[in-house]
Order: sequence, then C-alpha cells, then structure tokens
Amino acid sequence: MKTIPLAAGFACLATLAAADTPVLDVYTYDSFAAEWGPGPAIEKGFEATCGCDLRFVTAGDGAALLARAQLEGAASAADVVVGIDTNLTAAARATGLFAPHGQPAVTGLPMAYDDADFLPFDWGWFAFVHNKSLANPPKSFEELAASDLKIVIEDPRSSTPGLGLVMWVKAAYGDRAAEIWAGLKDNIVTVTPGWSEAYGLFLEGEADMVLSYTTSPAYHLIAESDDSKAAAAFGEGHYMQVEVAGKLAASDQPALADAFLAYLVSDAAQNVIPTTNWMYPANPLTAGLPKGFETLIQPEKSLLMAQDEAGALRDAAVAEWQAALAK
Amino acid sequence: MASRAGQISAALLGLAVAALTLGSAAMTAGHATDWSLGPADGAALRFTLLQAALSAAVSGALAIPLARALARRRFPGRSLLIRLLAAPFLLPVVVAVLGLLAVFGRAGPVNAALAAAGLPPLSIYGLHGVVIAHVFLNLPLVTRMLLQGWQAIPAERFRLAEALGMPPPSQFRHLEWPMLRSLLPGAFATVFLLCLTSFAVALTLGGGPKASTLELAIYQALRFDFDLGRAALLAAVQFGLCAAVTLATLRLTPGGVFGPGVDRAGGVSSPPGWRHGADALAIGLAVAFLLGPLLAVMLRGLPGLAGLPLTVWPALGRSVALSIASALLASTAALTLALAVTRGQSWLEIAAMLPLSASGLVMGTGLFLAVHPTISPESLALPVTLMVNATMALPYLFRLLLPEARALRADYGRLSESLGLTGVARLRLVTLPRLARPLGFGTGLAAALSMGDLGVIALFAGERTETLPLLVQRLMGAYRMEAAAAAALVLVAASFALFWAFDRWGAARAAT
Repeated sequence: MKTIPLAAGFACLATLAAADTPVLDVYTYDSFAAEWGPGPAIEKGFEATCGCDLRFVTAGDGAALLARAQLEGAASAADVVVGIDTNLTAAARATGLFAPHGQPAVTGLPMAYDDADFLPFDWGWFAFVHNKSLANPPKSFEELAASDLKIVIEDPRSSTPGLGLVMWVKAAYGDRAAEIWAGLKDNIVTVTPGWSEAYGLFLEGEADMVLSYTTSPAYHLIAESDDSKAAAAFGEGHYMQVEVAGKLAASDQPALADAFLAYLVSDAAQNVIPTTNWMYPANPLTAGLPKGFETLIQPEKSLLMAQDEAGALRDAAVAEWQAALAK
Repeated sequence: MASRAGQISAALLGLAVAALTLGSAAMTAGHATDWSLGPADGAALRFTLLQAALSAAVSGALAIPLARALARRRFPGRSLLIRLLAAPFLLPVVVAVLGLLAVFGRAGPVNAALAAAGLPPLSIYGLHGVVIAHVFLNLPLVTRMLLQGWQAIPAERFRLAEALGMPPPSQFRHLEWPMLRSLLPGAFATVFLLCLTSFAVALTLGGGPKASTLELAIYQALRFDFDLGRAALLAAVQFGLCAAVTLATLRLTPGGVFGPGVDRAGGVSSPPGWRHGADALAIGLAVAFLLGPLLAVMLRGLPGLAGLPLTVWPALGRSVALSIASALLASTAALTLALAVTRGQSWLEIAAMLPLSASGLVMGTGLFLAVHPTISPESLALPVTLMVNATMALPYLFRLLLPEARALRADYGRLSESLGLTGVARLRLVTLPRLARPLGFGTGLAAALSMGDLGVIALFAGERTETLPLLVQRLMGAYRMEAAAAAALVLVAASFALFWAFDRWGAARAAT
C-alpha cells in the first residue's frame, strides 16, 4: 500500500536508493492506477517476475494522457502509455512518439482488431444506463428522441465517452446524424464536462438515463449487490470504446516495456480488468467472466469506425453535434 | 517615507505574479505551431461575457440588502451566521453543483413543493442556472466585502446623522451610498473575472453547448486537440478582458471617503418598523438560499463516512499543509502589493488582479513546459501547486485589503510619518492591527480556496502527491459516489475549519 505520506522529495531519494533495479515508467489515467483500479494488482503481478520497479504516473483521463505524452515529447520518461481511447489513436500515431508493440493480436473483441502500434487491453460498449423501474426503455436513438425521457450526456470536447457518443450517432446514422441530434435536443437535461459528473447526476435522480457503458450495471450488482440498474439495448448497434496501450519509441527500457505489454494482455492481468476497470478483457479469460456479467445486455451489432476514418470525421462530427444542440 | 527597499520588493513581487500568469501563457504559446481560433470561439466569448456580467450584477444587487441587514441588526448567533454564510464560496465547484442540484434539481425539495402545489416543475438548466450557481458561490464574498465597508464607516458619522434627524433614506444617500460607490466596482470586477474562467459550473448547469465558455475551449484545445496556439490565444483574450475590467474599476473607484473616526463601535442604526421586517426577510432568504445546498452536501456525505478509503487521511494532511502554506504566502504578497498601491505604485493593481483571469490549466501547462526537460514534474507537484494556489488566491486578498489599506493611508499615514513610525514598528503598531480583520478573513478564504483547488495538481500529481480534491475526483470516476460525497464532506469541513480559524484570528486582533 502506498499510504505513507511521503513528500515528493523523499520519493526522489527513494528512487535514487533503488537505482540498481531498473524502473519502468507507465503513464496511465487516474482511475487505472487508483487503489481500487486494476493498477495495484497488475503492478504486483508484473513486479513479481520482472525484477524491476513499475511506476505509474497518472494524468486525468485518456485524452489528458496523450496530451501529457505530447507535452513531454521525446524527452518523456514514459516507457509505456496505457489507456488511450481508440478515437484518439490516429492523433497518437501522428505524433510519431510510439513504436510497434510486437505482440500477437488480441482475440477477445467482437471484431478483429490488429494494430501494429497500439495494443488493446480492454473494451466496452457505450450504452444508456437506466433504472429497471423505467417502463419501456427506448430501443433506438429514434425512439429515445420521440420519447420525453430525460438524459444526461458528456461533452465530446472534454470527455472520451462524450466523443464516443458523437461517433456512435455518426457511425449509425451517417448523414442523418444532425437530424438525430436535433431530435434528441429536448431530451438532454444537460451536458457535463466528464463521465463522473454525468453519472453522479443520474444517480441523484436528475435524469432517466445517462450515457455510460453496458457494463455499468455490473458494478452496482457486484460491488453494491444492487440489481436495480440496466443498460438499454439499441437496435442500430452499440459503439465500442477500445482502450489501448502503446510503447514509446524513446523508451530507455524497451525490453521491459515489451515484457509489460505481454503481461498486460496475459490471463493474469486480464482477469483483474472486469471487476476493477468494469470493462471487458481484450483476451478471453480461461476462467470466464466473473459472475454477474452474464446478466448484462449483449448488443447484436458492434460499431467502431476505422481509426483513420474516426480521426478524419471527429472535428466535423463534433461541430455537427454542437450546431444541432446550440440552435 | 516608505523605504526604497519596500518599493523594490513590491515591484519584484508584482513582476513575479505577472511572470507566473503571463509568462506561463507565453511559454504555452512558445510551443505552438499554429495560430488560429476555432469557429465556435466567438460564441463562447459572447456567452462567457454575458454570464459573467449577469452573475456579477446579480451578486452585487443581492449583496447590498443582505450586507445592510447584517450591518444594522444585532441578534443571537449573528457572528456565527456571518461566518457560515461564507461557506458556499469555499466549496469545491463539483460539490457546490451537486449541492445546488439536491435543492433545485428535478428530484429536489423545490420541485417537490411546486408539484405539491400543482405548479409546473422548474428547470435549473440554462443561463439562469449558471447565474444562480455563480451567485450562490459569489454572493458570500461580495456580502463580506460590503459588510466590511459598513463596519468601516466611523460610528460618529451615523450619530451625527441621527442628531441631525436624518431618516434612513438620507443616511443611505450621504453615508452608505458613497461607501458602496467606492466598493461595488471592485466587488463587481472580482466576481466578473472569477466567472470569466468558469468551466464546470457553466457547462453542467448551462444545459448544453450553448453554454460553452472560453475556459472550456482552452480545456478542449489543450487536452483533446493539443493545439497550444489556440489555447494561448484564448488565454490572451482572457488576460485582455481582465486588464480592461481592472482598468475600468480603477477609473470608477473614488478615493478616500470618510476620514478617520474615533473607533467607537455602534455604527449604523437599526431602524424599527417595516424596515425591521425587510431586514429579517433578506437574512432569512439568504440563509435558505446559501445554507440549503450546504445542508444537502452534509446529508449526502454522512452515510459514506464510515466506508472511506484510508488514503483520505494522508491526502487530507497534504491538502491542509499545502493550503496553510499557500494562504500565508498569498496574504504576505497581497499585503505587500496593497500597501505599495496606496503608496502610488498603482500599476501593481493590475498585476495583482491578473491571476483572476488566468486559466489554471494554461498556467499549469506553461509551468510544466518550463520545468519538464530539466526536472521531473512529480517531484515539483507540491511546490508548484503551492505557488499557483497562492497566486490564484492573491486577487481576492488584494481586493479585500486594498480599500482598508487606502483608508489606513488616508487616515493614519500623515500621523505615522510625523511620528517617524516606519518599517517593522509601523507594520506592528499601525498596519497589522488596522488591517487584521480583512487580513484574517482573506487568509481564511485563501486557505479554503487552496484546499478545494484541483486545477494544477492534476497535471503534476504522481503516486505520492494525491490531494483531497483529487481523491474526490478519483472516487467519483470509479462509480464510488457515496465515498466521494463523504470525502467531499471531509474536504468541506476541513476548508471551513481553516477559514474559521483565520477569520477568528483576524476578528480578535482587529483594532476596532
């Protein structure tokens, strides 16, 4: 446990004292490295075999993470970055900071995903989460728009789920996306800066539904023994969020970085993902998913734009969203 | 005469503040490759100005009757109430928004009462919601600024007015209005500039992308698009607005108003009749509006207290140490600058107000770029946070101290000089006792603001530098809303305790 309140200076001294063990710096988002996230178990598991010191450096969310790597550029201390959202991989690749990961493709995604630079370590479907007491949850965006249900969504300009929703509507409706947003306008109670504000508002009863993940009800069921939440299955399919890890080209520990990426998609690390990150593992688990996950909806159709397409469409799709809602 | 060394140190301090705010923006700009504003930035600028102007005007308009009622009435628990009323200003923004929603939201008591009365529900989302939230957050600050103004009117002026048979309206015109004229522009500017950098409140309660502010555009530019040029341009727009508003304030603020009194307590009279009822109503409404959401925050936090993760306590310790240090740093700087401004170095007023319009994110990014190649950012997380928090709190302290420092100079400057009282002796015998009240209040505010700050630490934080606001955010980000509410309650309680301690110290040391 890292509960001893060491001042920053002491942290430096401690690093110096242990200078003979190699240090692997892993940049990740906040909730990955939190004590209740997958970070601690993965750190313990990897350190047991690597003979190294794994250090997590955290930066906000998936977008902040990439910004941090870009701020530091080639001088970055980072060896591996864990937690970039697929909607941002095109931008990440364009920085030229990342090197091929060299791992075999993962097999646990509903569609083939093979990328030489970025290795998926978990994924999920976006979905609108509601209380089971809600009568007749909508089965599509059109039904939602036609209803008088109230929803809370995240802003695509400041959060990755918000961006995921914009891409979802775009992937499902193409040129009709603006029309769908215009229809949804009177259902939207408000747009929050991030996922946690939106989910908090939903739990406080400010809205009937919130944009989250199909796996959100599993948290309430498994961690809180509360089976009152469900995700609405949409007929047009559900857009996916795939979270990827990448190896920095300028890493001073390339061999350790490779070993870490291999460990990240191994059964031991993947087993930790479902009940800490509340996402699906990127490789099938030998022991299967934890009890409770079988109650979740299984979308029949998965949507995900090709990375280049997502990168090219992003700005226009966000502008379309903004124009439709600002009217 | 003020010593040359004093002038030079004040000037250096002003330059350091300007360097931290403008310099960090320049540092960000220096790494830019492209310079252009987005198509929606004009709309964001308009909305930002509109909501900031409305929020400042409404806060000022409501603060006048409230501060006046508090100034002229004496009742049991009055000083306790005055301190409690400051609490909304101390709340971290996310906590304040959730507290407001607990009262005014769809499932809150206000809408329950409307529904029971057969009335249509009230939606808090929209421009009015943004203004309500900003008034909730800033009314306490303006009220305290004005209340200090009322307390600073010498009691014998009111005696004289009564002896002359002046009714309350004439007293208002001859005594209270001149005081308000000298304070309101500064108070308006403070709230306006504070709302200029609003991000989470405006977006969450604004109801959609119509309510986009400049700060959101900066966030988007830095975090999503990594467009340093656009972020720096937007920061420059914010600085320009800040300088313009501060200059306008400077022109609109008249000089010394009253001259010295003999420091007798008593002050403004308490007119009977309907005015009694009106004052009671003003205080009652303010209590309901300001303390209702606070109560909701408490009730939300209590159930989770037992299940808090152990990391709360070291995070709390770090936050408290950080906020005390940055409050002391900020108050020393504000005092130095305010005294220097009264001695004629008036350009320092703009330097002292600059941080209000600084985007914490731009400042953090600039500092990050400045230190990164040479030093590991995590090892600087706490010192950088300390410095940035002190800088961000400086304008409030400065705004609170300046009117009193001006009065001090006008009333006691010549006497002190004729007695040859200078340097440390003057500070100890004249300046500190006369300024203890705003200094204590301001230092308390600075401590509380620093406790609740999230901006910079999030960019620099490593494993062992987690502060309490960061922990609250991390808990919320991991579905743990109950634990987050409890940690927020701990945060609010600690902020308030710090504020209380400094404010009491000031009131106890005050010479009046």
